[in-house]
Amino acid sequence: MKNEWPLWEVFIRGQHGMSHRHVGSLHAADEESAIKNARDVYTRRNEGVSIWVVAARHIAASSPSEKGPLYEPSESKVYRHPTFFDIPDEVGAM
Amino acid sequence: MYAQMIKSEATQDDPERLAAFQARIDAGEKIEPKDWMPEGYRKTLIRQIGQHAHSEIVGQLPEGNWITRAPTLERKAILLAKVQDEAGHGLYLYCAAETLGVTRDELTEMLLDGRMKYSSIFNYPTLTWADMGAVGWLVDGAAIMNQVPLQRTSYGPYSRSMIRICKEESFHQRQGYDIMMKMAKGTDAQKRMAQDALNRMWFPSLMMFGPSDAESVHSEQSMSWKIKMNGNDELRQKFVDQTVPQAEYLGLTVPDPDLKWNDEKGGYDFTGPNWDEFFDVLRGNGPCNKERLAARNKAWNDGAWVRDGLMAHAEKKRAARMAAE
Repeated sequence: MKNEWPLWEVFIRGQHGMSHRHVGSLHAADEESAIKNARDVYTRRNEGVSIWVVAARHIAASSPSEKGPLYEPSESKVYRHPTFFDIPDEVGAM
Repeated sequence: MYAQMIKSEATQDDPERLAAFQARIDAGEKIEPKDWMPEGYRKTLIRQIGQHAHSEIVGQLPEGNWITRAPTLERKAILLAKVQDEAGHGLYLYCAAETLGVTRDELTEMLLDGRMKYSSIFNYPTLTWADMGAVGWLVDGAAIMNQVPLQRTSYGPYSRSMIRICKEESFHQRQGYDIMMKMAKGTDAQKRMAQDALNRMWFPSLMMFGPSDAESVHSEQSMSWKIKMNGNDELRQKFVDQTVPQAEYLGLTVPDPDLKWNDEKGGYDFTGPNWDEFFDVLRGNGPCNKERLAARNKAWNDGAWVRDGLMAHAEKKRAARMAAE
């Protein structure tokens, strides 16, 4: 039982030209069988046209405790949004 | 439901952190794997999601029983797809449980040696083809009743698994009802078979919701953590109210002489299941407990060389690639 298959994270591109999106994870011995398993587990109803698998151990993630320092700086920068600027109606669409 | 009688684990965490955690849940935030969570929340979820996953996996056995004997090629293909979905549902849920710090092999071992349970319903046999109809209609119907609200559960990975599962579950119930319609409108013998399936599956289906809330001591904590979304009696009532008209449409009789519409409460009065039987099945004395566990143990043991072989092959390929670089 020590010889457990490694964990893979599965990303699938739907049919509408979108980015690959994380859909879940699964166990498989290697990348080839991970893709085959992902086909069976996550695309039984035409959910995708392309599959990526990434060994879960290769994924680095931010930590919830860093939430403040990481994201607060952008909260005060409202001028990054186009609605910050008033453009007179006479100027037309912009 | 697929997870019955989940005992809430006691939590001995700092009251301030607990309160902040509860506030997040009350505000409708999702808890994610790396977030702080009370030990009791984590353990209760492992038990509940694990039991749910095991139920999906063991649940393949009673239906797998009929794949080779389906009456037509189309029915066979449909049943095969349905059973394959159950395997998928088990896998989504195992992955959700694993985010809580338990490994897949640990979960499997706990199922195989009886430390973890699966739903009582799968310890009943499937004796005729009509049972494939009754299982889809009643068992999956009862499961949906519980799983739809669980899409809003507080634990993110569990919630996302439930959303995927619910999308697929409606096919299961409909294919079951479709079998029942065919049989109930068929020959006298087919109709008798359909009635017999309903007779045998009715009370075990009612048991799926677990004992009455009055006797369920663990509900309160799970409810406030949004791990459990509805009371057992409430869901059972909803199931009966929804299912009785469906049985009437089929021209079948629900095997409960005391079943009666109650105008005042706007629902049916009905006889509860035999709870002594339920507890006996949980203790391992149902008609198929031994058979089910033996089948899972055999599959696991017989598959060991495949699991090991694929790992050895992957290792060899990796070594060859390294050598070539």
